[in-house]
Amino acid sequence: MNAPTSILAPIADLRLENVSFQHRGQSLLAPTSLTLSGCRRTIIMGPNGAGKSLLMRLAHGLLTPTSGRVRWQGSEPVQAMVFQRPVLLRRSALDNLTYVLAIHKVPRARRKAQAMLALDTFGLTALAHRPARVLSGGEQQRLALARAWLLNPAVLFLDEATSSLDPAAIKAVEDAVMTFHASGTRIVMTTHDLHQAKRLADDVVFLHNGQLLEHSPADTFFSAPCSSQGRAFIQGELIW
Amino acid sequence: MSSSDNAFLTALQLILHMDSDLFSIVTLSLQVSFVAVALAALAGLPLGAALALWRFPGRNGVIIVLNALMGLPPVVAGLCVYLLLSRAGPLGQLGLLFSPTAMVVAQFVLVLPIIASLTRQQVEALHDEYAEQLQSLGLSTTRMIPTLLWDARIGLVTVMLAGFGRASAEVGAVMIVGGNIDGVTRVMTTSIVLETSKGNLPLALGLGIILLALVTLINALAHLMGETAKRRLG
Repeated sequence: MNAPTSILAPIADLRLENVSFQHRGQSLLAPTSLTLSGCRRTIIMGPNGAGKSLLMRLAHGLLTPTSGRVRWQGSEPVQAMVFQRPVLLRRSALDNLTYVLAIHKVPRARRKAQAMLALDTFGLTALAHRPARVLSGGEQQRLALARAWLLNPAVLFLDEATSSLDPAAIKAVEDAVMTFHASGTRIVMTTHDLHQAKRLADDVVFLHNGQLLEHSPADTFFSAPCSSQGRAFIQGELIW
Repeated sequence: MSSSDNAFLTALQLILHMDSDLFSIVTLSLQVSFVAVALAALAGLPLGAALALWRFPGRNGVIIVLNALMGLPPVVAGLCVYLLLSRAGPLGQLGLLFSPTAMVVAQFVLVLPIIASLTRQQVEALHDEYAEQLQSLGLSTTRMIPTLLWDARIGLVTVMLAGFGRASAEVGAVMIVGGNIDGVTRVMTTSIVLETSKGNLPLALGLGIILLALVTLINALAHLMGETAKRRLG
């Protein structure tokens, strides 16, 4: 099995220090400080346009902040990200996985067995030889998760990974997230689905209009949010 | 009217009897154009992809020049290659002028900008879609090049066809650097010019029909391959 190394060693803290982001002179994220530590499931919440995806991309290193620093305390751990719309290559499901192993210099002889194991873990064995891009949305997302699984990440980012899926596929993705978490992976996930957040969250980061308003344990956030916007959000009132 | 009908019939007879002169002309045409396009693809695909992914000073200039060169008049390309390969030219020592190799060089010059420029457009579009995922997987920009080229392969077949169309149809460049020497550098387009000016319309028309048929056949094959691949790979 693919035992993540994170079980053996604690995952380095991720610190965002006064991180801000501007695009064409417009501030999309006000200076924000945030520490993500341990093997927790952090859910980033907020209405559309709050800056959830942006914060996640800054944390993962896909974007460089306009000011401030993103710092790993200790050596930078292996990270993976699952996107809202999975980008799969024009080849079979199996080849999508062996590709990642090739990128990470896994010896050719070991690639297929590892990839098949990952397909099995996510219930995709029967689809191994199907072209990845003609799979259903839910299957594609599970394949993206299997690909992330092969990287053995200490931190897994998920950006609205279930927002275009049907309930059964959402359940499958949430189960997969739990599988990652159970094997010692830190989860950082954005969603605007309150029920999903309640099911998964250890702690919640709440963003509104490019500002981080709360970072608190899930129980606290859902029972007694400290910002008025947070209160309005969990009561399902639209806020912009 | 009746003379062109006759010409048409004679042309069909020439094709059906697979005239040996005709055969050698057709073979040489295909050889020269295939080799030129293959070499241009070998250089143009990575060049186009690199241009799509790398940001460097002067990049826009290079793109503009490549786009402009897509419309390079074949006679000008032929003239440049002629000057390069002629006795007094910098590569005169090689003695390549009036050989099939010189024709390959001229067609390479014509086709390279087309392949590089269209490849850049295709890869750039695909990169917009793939960039974050590939970056997240830990790929360097250089390592993205083969991945993007492979995933753009269906569109790139069309790009190479455009190159092949340009190579097989042009006459100016191969006429200048090849010289239209019977049995050595005579290809379909140069013979059509020659036979037409001699008034030998049946042979000219026969060659024209073959040229059209070959280009259609190659395009049909590529189209069918592309459609099948699109259906299968999504």
